[in-house]
Amino acid sequence: MICIVDYGLGNTNSFLNAYNKLNINVKLTNKKRDLEQAKRIILPGVGSFDFGMFQLKQYDLDELLTDLVLNKKVPILGVCLGMQLMLSNSEEGQSRGLGWIKGESKSFPFDKNLCRPHMGWNNLSIFKSNKSFLKNITKDDYFYFLHSYYVNLTNEPYVEAQSFFGNNFCSILRKENIFGVQFHPEKSHNSGLVLLKNFYEMNI
Amino acid sequence: MIQPRIIPVLLLKNKGTYKTVNFKSPRYLGDPINMIKIFNEKLVDEIIILDIDATVNNTFIDDNYLKNLASQAQMPACYGGGINTLEKAKKVISAGFEKIAISSRALVDLPFLKELVRQFGAQSVVVVIDLKLSKGKYSIYTHNGKVLMKKDFLEVFDEVSKYAGEVVINSIDNDGKMAGYDLFLASLIESRALTPITFLGGASSLQDLKIITDFNNYAAAASSLFVFQGNLKAILPSYPNLKQRADFFIGDR
Repeated sequence: MICIVDYGLGNTNSFLNAYNKLNINVKLTNKKRDLEQAKRIILPGVGSFDFGMFQLKQYDLDELLTDLVLNKKVPILGVCLGMQLMLSNSEEGQSRGLGWIKGESKSFPFDKNLCRPHMGWNNLSIFKSNKSFLKNITKDDYFYFLHSYYVNLTNEPYVEAQSFFGNNFCSILRKENIFGVQFHPEKSHNSGLVLLKNFYEMNI
Repeated sequence: MIQPRIIPVLLLKNKGTYKTVNFKSPRYLGDPINMIKIFNEKLVDEIIILDIDATVNNTFIDDNYLKNLASQAQMPACYGGGINTLEKAKKVISAGFEKIAISSRALVDLPFLKELVRQFGAQSVVVVIDLKLSKGKYSIYTHNGKVLMKKDFLEVFDEVSKYAGEVVINSIDNDGKMAGYDLFLASLIESRALTPITFLGGASSLQDLKIITDFNNYAAAASSLFVFQGNLKAILPSYPNLKQRADFFIGDR
C-alpha cells in the first residue's frame, strides 16, 4: 500500500487517480497507524514552504515522518514542495525544513528573459542511470514543472538528475530511501505514470 | 529544454461546456467531463477550466464535481470561477488542480491575491484579465465582461504581475471570432511582463499559435480553435500532435 500524506496541502486527488490507474493500492492519510504500515510514502505539495512546514507540524507529521524515514528507512517520494520540505531550509520562507538532506531551496532569479516560475514541460538533461527509479525513462520523457524555487544540495552525490531552466538544477534527488522530484509525475501523462510505478516496484 | 505551452480552455456554465462570441451568446458544446477526457487522450500540455457564471451568480461549483473534472486530467489543470475565499482555493487544489485562476476578485482586492500567493505559492496563482478595446484604449472588464473597471489596465497588470505566477490576457473583442490574436496587445504586454503570459482570444489556426515562438514566455490558449471544426463550426475537439507542432515550428517535444 502506498500512502499519500494528507497534511491539508497539495493536489492529493491527482495521486489517488494516478495510482488507481496503475491498479496499485493507495490511501490518502495522516494517521500514524496507516503511515507505519506503508510500503511507500508520498509527500505531495502545492503551496509555499512556510505554510507547508506549518501544516506538517499541525498534523504532528514532522516527527512521525522523520522517524519513519530516517530510522525505519521507509521509502518516501517528495513531490515538488514535498521535495523541498525535505531540505534544511528555503529562501521562500523562514521555517526550518525537515532537514533530512542538507541543502536549501533557492529562488530562480528575477530575470525578464527567464520569467519565473519555471512552468511547463521539460526533460531531464543529465541523469545518472536509467535503472530502478528511472527505469525506461530517457531524454525523450517530458515532465511538468511548476515552481519558483529550486533545490540546491550541499552534496552532489544525492543529485540523481538535472533539468535546464536558465541553468542546470537538481530535478531529482535521492539519498538511500529518500527520493525527491521537482516536477509533477502525477500530472505528466505517461512519463509520470512510469516513474510512479517504478517508485512502487523498485528494489530499495 | 522547457517547451512552450499550448492550452485548451473550457468555459463552464451549469455543468456544461459552452463557447461564447465576445463573451455573449453561449453555445452548448457538450459534457465537460467528456471533453477533458478527450483532451487528456490527445495529451494536451495543460487545460484551463473557467466557470463563467460563478462570480455573476455568486455560486461555486460543488466538491464532487470539481473532483470529477480534475480526475480526467493526467496533465496540469487550472480552475477558475468565483474563487473569493482561501477555503475555495484550497478545495480546488485538493480536488486535483495545480493552479487556481482568479479574476474579478484579484483585480480589486490585492491583499486577497497576496494571501493566496502566501499560502499556495505564486506558481499556483493565475490572474485572468479580460480586456475590451474602446476608443483606442484597452479597459479591464470583470464579472464576465459586464462591469468596467475604471483603473488603468496597465497599472493593474503591473500590480498583479508582482504577485501572481501567471497572467492570462483574454481579449473580449477577439473572443470566439476566430480572426487571430490581438498581436498589438501581445506586444504591449510583452514589454512589461514579469511572469509567463497566457494569451487567449481569437486563435483561428495552428499558424496563430506561433505567438509561443514569436513572443517571449507566451503560452497560446484557445477555446474555439480546439473545439470547432470547419466553416460550419461542427463540434469536434482537436489539438496539434507532435508532428503538427514540428511542422508549424510551434515547439515540439
